Amino acid sequence: MQISFLGKTLHTPMVLASGVLGNNKAILERVWENGCGLPTMKSIGPAPREGHKNPTVIDLGNGMINAVGLPSPGYLNMDEEWQELSNRGFPVNASIYGGSVDEFVRVAEFVSAKGPDFIELNISCPNSDQHGMIFGVNAKSSHDVVSAVKKVIDVPLIAKLTPAAPNIADIAKACEDAGADAICAINTAGPGMVIDIESRQPVLAFKKGGLSGPMIKPVAVRCVYDIFRAVSIPIIGLGGISTGEDAIEIIMAGATLVGIGTAVRYRGITVFDKVNKEIDQWLAAHDTTMEEIRGAAHKEAL
Amino acid sequence: MITQLMPAMVKIAEKEVHSPEFATLYFNASIDFKPGQFVMVWIPGVDEKPYTISHHGPDRLGITVEAKGLFSKKAVSLEPGDKIGIRGPFGNGFNMGVGHKRVAVVAGGCGMAPLAPLVEAFQVADGPDIQLIQGARSKSFLLYPDRFTANAEICTDDGSKGYKGFVTDILIQKIEELSAASAPGFDMVYACGPEIMMAKVFEICESYGIPCQVSLERYMRCGFGVCGACVCGHAVVCKDGPVFGSKMLRTMEDFNTRALLKTGQPVPLNEYATWRCQ
Repeated sequence: MQISFLGKTLHTPMVLASGVLGNNKAILERVWENGCGLPTMKSIGPAPREGHKNPTVIDLGNGMINAVGLPSPGYLNMDEEWQELSNRGFPVNASIYGGSVDEFVRVAEFVSAKGPDFIELNISCPNSDQHGMIFGVNAKSSHDVVSAVKKVIDVPLIAKLTPAAPNIADIAKACEDAGADAICAINTAGPGMVIDIESRQPVLAFKKGGLSGPMIKPVAVRCVYDIFRAVSIPIIGLGGISTGEDAIEIIMAGATLVGIGTAVRYRGITVFDKVNKEIDQWLAAHDTTMEEIRGAAHKEAL
Repeated sequence: MITQLMPAMVKIAEKEVHSPEFATLYFNASIDFKPGQFVMVWIPGVDEKPYTISHHGPDRLGITVEAKGLFSKKAVSLEPGDKIGIRGPFGNGFNMGVGHKRVAVVAGGCGMAPLAPLVEAFQVADGPDIQLIQGARSKSFLLYPDRFTANAEICTDDGSKGYKGFVTDILIQKIEELSAASAPGFDMVYACGPEIMMAKVFEICESYGIPCQVSLERYMRCGFGVCGACVCGHAVVCKDGPVFGSKMLRTMEDFNTRALLKTGQPVPLNEYATWRCQ
């Protein structure tokens, strides 16, 4: 099912969540061929960064906990990736992060010139004490980053938000006011912790990590619901979406596009095609359309 | 029971020291396993790394470790009674096929570890004829020298045991011998070792029209196909592999050319190998 998003036509409403599967053209293309309308790259940082030591990702059965820690070659060291992506036949959303507004601006300006279709600001990752979430939990700092970046890029800007914000709707509104073209919600929840009781140690080397997958879906649905009431820009809804019915639910909360991350673990790379088909089947069975169900959960209250 | 979820803390039941470089740690635990699959091994406070299962029984498994870096040196210094965390198995393992009459198993160095349970699985009544070709830098790097009953050809780079030269020379020789004798050739060639060796095996197999399977190594994090650390071209090594067959290898442009550093940066394979061997 084709869908129009910020002036681009996507072949499906499915988005690959940032941080999943990586940056090279071959893997992003494979994801796209398997029904993902918009593959998002792993967040690109201001300097080379290895991320945390292992264990970094643990499957808890009903979702994952991870603290990969924003590994990135650094924006100046990705010529090969951009070279390969320059002749792509699919859209790409480039996620970026920084440790200060200046760093965000520097990375954004450079990356924008490499020709991604969208730039996503990661102001929501819980796995670094100097990046990500420290911006996204505060409306003013979110506004500052978005408005500064917006001035130096010429592609649509998507702000990716964290459910750790005290009021995610306020953050979304601040981003919209600062010029964001869309909101992506949510990044991983928590952070949480798992302790191995035999060794009496937190399992993740970073000790704490973001939660994702089915266990956080109600949080994601609530966040998208709140954001939809606060802004008029489109929302990419993600967080625990694994099936067509999950997708329908978050669309009813207000999402225009639907992101998939952890479900790649549970249903493979073909999950995008599967969920897309399940959405179509549900819509057909209920004799309705995407437009009709978007934000439907708000109707009674409005 | 070891599963793919939280690491199970298991006690080292026995340690077998093969040589100054190699030791096998055994655990009395059960795991659903097929040859070629791997587990993530966690030493709390140190790190977590992927290791193939080199020994497997109903309630027992073993992993062979080459003491090379920080983690592996720590692993071989552990003693029976010490506990480590294991989660898995991950990956696809070798496809043993149906009705193979003759197979070749080509191992380079520690590449013998994932192939050993495969050889044992083939060493059954009605199993195929197995031609084992095992190579290493020198004699002390030859893993499990007395483990198999299969026909074995040994080679070392320095000539300290067997033929002085490469496993790939022997593979060509064996293929040619079978052909000259008008005997049925290999139905499948299985290989694990340095990537350049596996690439050469693949090239040889392609030129003779023999299908092959090789087991790749990449830096890994999750082990189950999500994080992207081990991506090789369009393939996810931990999930789609680590064993890849000829058909897939033909389409993997990064096979024997590039691998990702921990930052995610793609680099030539020799640069990657230098980093991994630190």
